[in-house]
Formats: sequence, C-alpha cells, structure tokens
Amino acid sequence: MKDIAEGYVTADGRKIGGTLMEMKNITLRFGGVVAIKDISFDIREGEIRAIIGPNGAGKSSMLNVISGFYVPTEGEVWFRGEPRPQMRPYQVARQGIARTFQNIALFKGMSTLDNIMTGRMTLMESNMAQQAFWWGRAQKEESEHREKVEKIIDFLEIQAIRKTPVGRLPYGLQKRVELGRALAAEPKLLLLDEPMAGMNVEEKEDMSRFILDVNDEFGTTIALIEHDMGVVMDLSDRVVVMDYGKKIGDGTPDEVRNNQDVIDAYLGVSHD
Amino acid sequence: MTDQFLYAVEVMINGLMAGVLYALVALGFVLIFKASGIFNYAQGVMALFAALTLVGLQQGQVPFAHLINAIFGTEVHHFGWHLPGLVAIILTIGVMVLLAIIIEKVILKHLVNQEPIILFMATIGLAYFLEGFGDVMWGSDIKTLDVGLPQGASFWVEEKTAILGTDNFYGFFIDKLDMVAALVAAILVISLTIFSQYSKQGRALRAVADDHQAALSVGISLRFIWVLVWSIAGFVALVAGIMWGAKSGVQFSLSLIALKALPVLMLGGFTSIPGAIVGGLIIGVGEKLFEFTIGPMIGGATENWFAYVLALLFLVFRPQGLFGEKIIERV
Repeated sequence: MKDIAEGYVTADGRKIGGTLMEMKNITLRFGGVVAIKDISFDIREGEIRAIIGPNGAGKSSMLNVISGFYVPTEGEVWFRGEPRPQMRPYQVARQGIARTFQNIALFKGMSTLDNIMTGRMTLMESNMAQQAFWWGRAQKEESEHREKVEKIIDFLEIQAIRKTPVGRLPYGLQKRVELGRALAAEPKLLLLDEPMAGMNVEEKEDMSRFILDVNDEFGTTIALIEHDMGVVMDLSDRVVVMDYGKKIGDGTPDEVRNNQDVIDAYLGVSHD
Repeated sequence: MTDQFLYAVEVMINGLMAGVLYALVALGFVLIFKASGIFNYAQGVMALFAALTLVGLQQGQVPFAHLINAIFGTEVHHFGWHLPGLVAIILTIGVMVLLAIIIEKVILKHLVNQEPIILFMATIGLAYFLEGFGDVMWGSDIKTLDVGLPQGASFWVEEKTAILGTDNFYGFFIDKLDMVAALVAAILVISLTIFSQYSKQGRALRAVADDHQAALSVGISLRFIWVLVWSIAGFVALVAGIMWGAKSGVQFSLSLIALKALPVLMLGGFTSIPGAIVGGLIIGVGEKLFEFTIGPMIGGATENWFAYVLALLFLVFRPQGLFGEKIIERV
C-alpha cells in the first residue's frame, strides 16, 4: 500500500488530503445481534471511499452510524480531527454530512425543486420571526438559495421535472433528486447508500458520471455503499470490505480484488 | 324572489358562518395530523383552555385561586387589573406556546415511533388532564369573553337586503361576530398557506409531514417542528376559542365541539387544510338547510345528528374525504 500519511495525488490528478473522518473500533449491537464488530477505518478529504460486502454484512449499519441514525455501542467517531460527541441525525447533518437512503426517502408530495430546497435547510440563517413576517434576511435568502438550487438542477440534468411532485417520478429520477437534495447542503462528506441499486445499465452509467463529477468539480468527499463490484472498482479510490460485521479488507480496488479473504467472502468457500 | 327562497338563502349564509367555526377547530386537527400523524383528541379542550386562560388573564383572575385559598386559608381571587383584549391575547399565545413545549417534553418525546393508537390514547389523556387543569386553574363557572369583537346583528346588512323581498321580509339577519369569524378564518388560512409554501420553517413542516427519516437527514429537528406545529395548533385553538367563547360564553361544553370537527374531517380529509375549511362549510350549510327544509317534517333537532350521518355516507363512498390523499396499497 502507498504511503498516504500526508495525502497524495491520484493517477487522474485529483488531490487527496488528510483524514476527514475516522471510525475507531466501532461496535454496534442490537440486543444479542452484533451488526458491526470492532471496525476501524478512515475517510480522507476529497476521496471516494466505498464500503462493500455481501448482504447483511453491516454496510448500511455503518453508514447509519456515520450519519447519526445509530449510536455505536462501543468506539468513537472522529470528524475533522475531533471525537464527535453523541449526536442526533439532524445535528450530524448540520455538521456538513449529507446522505441518501437505500430505499429512497424523498418528500413525495413536494416538487423536485422544493425537495432540493429542503437540502439547503442547514445553510439558511434567517430566524422564525423573520420567516413569519417575510422580512429582512428571509426574503433575500430565499432567492439566493433558489439560485444555488437551480444550479444543482442544471448539473443533474433534471430541469424538465422541476415542478413535478417526486412521488410521480420513475425510480431512477427519484434517486437523482435525492442526490440533488444531499448536494444542496454543500456537504463536506456525502454518504450514498446504494446509489445504483435497482437501476438499469444506462441509469447506472449516468449515476456513476454524476458521482465522479461531484467529486471532481466540487471536491466533495464521498463514502458510498454499493453491491455492483464493477461499479465500485471503477469509481472508488479506496475500498473497505465487510463481511458478517467484520472488516476483512481495506485498500485500493486492486489490493482488495486480490485479497484472498475478500474473494472467499464473495465467492463462498467451504469451511472445513 | 319569494320570501321563502330568501329565508333559505339566509339560513344558508348563517350555515356558512357556523361552518367557519367548525372549520377553525378542524384546522387545528389537520395541522397536527399532517405533521405528526397524531389524531389530537385534545384539540377541542385546547380551544377551551385557551379561552379560559384568555378570560382569566384579561380579568386578572388569580390562577389556582381555589386551591391556594383552600391550602392557605386566604381569600385571593383577583389581582385587580383588567387587561386590554390585545394584550391578553398576546399573553395567551405565550401560554399556548409554553403548553406546546411542555406537551413535547412530557409526552411526545417519550412516544416517538409508537403506534398511532398509543399516541391517540395519549391525547385522550391529555384532553382530560387539560380539562381538569383548566378547571383547577381558572374555576368552572361560565365566563363571558369580551375582547372587543362586535356583537349582535348587522343592521347595515339587514337594511340593504330588506328591499330584496316583499314587505314581510325584513332583510338578512347576520351576526356581526360571525362575519368577523369568517374574515379571521380566511386570513388565518391564507397566512398559514403562505407560511407553509414559501418559508423555510413551513417547508420543514411539510418535509416532516412527508418523511421523518428524510427530514432528519437534511438537518431538521423533529422535536422543534413538533413544538412549532403544536404551537400553531394552540394558536388556531385560541382563535376558535375566542370565536366560540364570544358567541356562547366560555363553558366546559366548548370542548365538545371537538366532536363536531370529526365529521368535518371525514368530509374534508384528515390531511388537507382546504379540506378542513370546505368540509366545515358543507357541514355548517348542510345541517342548517336540512333543519330548515326537512326538519319540520321529521320533528326537528336534526342538527344533532345530520353531520354524523353525512360523514357516514362519505365514509362509504369516498373514505379519503374530498381532498384527502387516496391511499393505494401496492401488493
């Protein structure tokens, strides 16, 4: 493995910085079930970090720990060089960590535009009184944020569905709107839970392109969970492999591909 | 135009006005149901509590006077002030916000992710607690509420409409208070709509109504939104309490009007603000016209049951209400 203590430059010329987030000996138990068992890994600024593994390996649980939906039973989460106190999900979001969900969680009754506008919630500063009387900062703020949101809509090529209630959109587009909402928060860390699940080849290609562009243009750090090995290997800089709640591999796609434990986990091996 | 027809029109207008009051109570239900999926049985009692507090504050009543006197053997009843209506209303809004915060802290916080029926039971408990609490705090006698709203029939309307009919027709008899209530309700609905459509908090409110998880992930604090929505519902309850209280006095039967809001919700749908308004108007007009036309044939007093029967019919033919979201279950 390369020496990456101080950051490095990838083959395609992107700068990877120091550690943004570090998971230290995370264990997560639900009653007697151990979902995550003593896992440590880091996420570096500017990289695309994948978490892979077979079904039930604990990948989504890990993402939920990062985004504050689950509280780890043991271990610490470090963000930007500091241990993070126990936080509720909305507080984590306000720290600059945005996420998407495996089973799309959009506001189905609201339009695409409104959905993405909610993504900017954490960046809006006007207070209740200003909101209520539509005075001072509230007015100016709304149009500024609206402008940013329009840029995201252009970027994701969803102009045509701006006013459509998202409940009516096809699955692939919903996934894209959800990505847009996460992007609207201008996150420091973007968490994607199976962004390509259930998509056809063409949709997968589009989504891959968007993920790469987000990382490239905005320098956003991305951690993603994905089933499709081919996609993961193409997209990510480094990969964590989980199986039965344990970490069985960590490194560049090439290193992981040649790791015997990983091959065993994916192809199955007779335990004798 | 025949007088008979004009009377029917007058009955209809009065029905509309009564409907506005039903709609105001129903509006409070819809707000909370939309944002948290809780059917708040206590909405009617909140209107009562708000009206009691308003009168109490305005007339300088000492809260818990009976309790204090019984324990300490004192004889305190009044602070001896009389506040202007507007000041008392603003103070009461403060009390309703405080109530919302306490409800969130003491009840809702502990019942996150519980079944709707559990939350419903909790609001029944809240209703009876609040009714008793209001009693202990402000006393159980019937009070008159006077915040300076116009009362009595509008002679202007009566005069202007008298020429429509024959000599026996004296013009429409319309209560000024009802006209004020209609105006206030209209302003309330318009400002609530603007607030929820175009403001950050309003958007957050709709977001929470739609999907709790997603709302959390974009940085919305559910607890703050619940306090906000219960405060707004408390404010709506206050408005309803003022209108009903000014019309028929602040008495404990006020909490029973909550039951009239039920058929309104059946008609309008539990999740639609315009539905609550239209539903309220239909019930108001419907029951007055029914009483006027069919009532005499079957012995009258139809206003007691008409709304419920209408709601029952709606349940059979359009269970989601006029404006409610149709529930389609994929299998």
